[in-house]
Amino acid sequence: METMHDIKRRIKSVENTKKITKAMKMVAAAKLRRAQEKAESTRPFFKRTRLVLQDIVSNTGTFAEHPLLGDATGEKTLLVTITGDRGLCGAYNSRVIKETRRSLLKREPATLLTIGKKALRTFSREQQEIVADYTDIDDYPGFWFARRITNRIIDTYKQEGYKEARLIYTHFDSPLNQTVYNIPLLPVIPPEERDPESRGDADGEEGEEGIAVDYLYEPSPPEVLDVILPQYVNNLIYAALLESKASEFGARMTAMDSATENATEMIDDLTLEYNRARQAQITKEISEIVSGAEAQK
Amino acid sequence: MAQVKLDIITPERVVYSEPVDMVVARAIDGDIGIMPGHTPLVTALETSVLKIIEGEEEIPVPISDGFLEVKPEQVNVIVRTAELPEEIDVERAREARERAERRLREEKGRVDETRAEAALERAIARIDAVENKSRY
Repeated sequence: METMHDIKRRIKSVENTKKITKAMKMVAAAKLRRAQEKAESTRPFFKRTRLVLQDIVSNTGTFAEHPLLGDATGEKTLLVTITGDRGLCGAYNSRVIKETRRSLLKREPATLLTIGKKALRTFSREQQEIVADYTDIDDYPGFWFARRITNRIIDTYKQEGYKEARLIYTHFDSPLNQTVYNIPLLPVIPPEERDPESRGDADGEEGEEGIAVDYLYEPSPPEVLDVILPQYVNNLIYAALLESKASEFGARMTAMDSATENATEMIDDLTLEYNRARQAQITKEISEIVSGAEAQK
Repeated sequence: MAQVKLDIITPERVVYSEPVDMVVARAIDGDIGIMPGHTPLVTALETSVLKIIEGEEEIPVPISDGFLEVKPEQVNVIVRTAELPEEIDVERAREARERAERRLREEKGRVDETRAEAALERAIARIDAVENKSRY
């Protein structure tokens, strides 16, 4: 049996760990609130962009030869994968990495563009080809950051040899529940053909959807598409960054909450053990005194 | 007089959502004015000052790049940033302009030039919207 001193030391150490996990949980909760607000406030914007693009694409038909719209000729796939920079957030990172790995196998030859240290570390250790990496992501990613990534993706894609680009990120459903999505990014496919994206449309008014209008494109369709398609991709990336961040905080909050709970349980168990040891010690001392007294009779 | 519903949407929020008499915007190939019943149209916008005409009133709204979608009864302006005149902080815009100019001048090559240029254009549009309405 451990001595009382040892148990006491272990209780102390668990208590310290508990303090840390509790603090992390609280920080994550506070950050989550902001990240969630940000992710949600951008949704009307994305919805609108999506509807406009949908309108355009359904009316284009004849000029679908835009480099970002039509089928590409290459055979490589670019996987854009979004993880966090740090661990201690449950299965958040590993779920994205698992999905990415699965995609890598399925879509050979594939290259990666990693966002977040976790993905970079994992895949460079596995010696995958990484065309670009972004680390030290801000807690509340900015629009310019998304644009830098977007430009990089589009440049890479336009180079010879790519047939598609996909985006793997975590969608924030609730603090307890996040889903990993693996969606096509390029070539831009009419949004109604994508599955997870259409789910986001379930809220709000849908009145104007589906009205076929013949648009005038000023100055010309290709030039308008030149501006709108990159913006559309940019919006997807921006939204995915915000969703991923909110998910990371949600996952960390949940993980740290259960870690705190486990620590509490462990402290209870150790305290019980400590009291037993103390009791045993006292019993032993009493029997020593009694037998000592006995012997002197 | 008939009106057309105008929505100005940015990633942060819906900036404006009211019926208006006319919208004047700067597209990539020149200014366009949109009145109720306009032909459906899609065009890209430049960083500039958008004008909302509402009765006798003229509201200048500085916007950054994005695009414009026109339907007979609805105009959607989807841009990265937009502010109403009362929200503009001219001092901040001036500082931003100076900062952007300095960056472009002194640190050429070392900074993200597209970004600095965009910041400069944005700042200029904001200042113009507040001070120099007649220019647009």
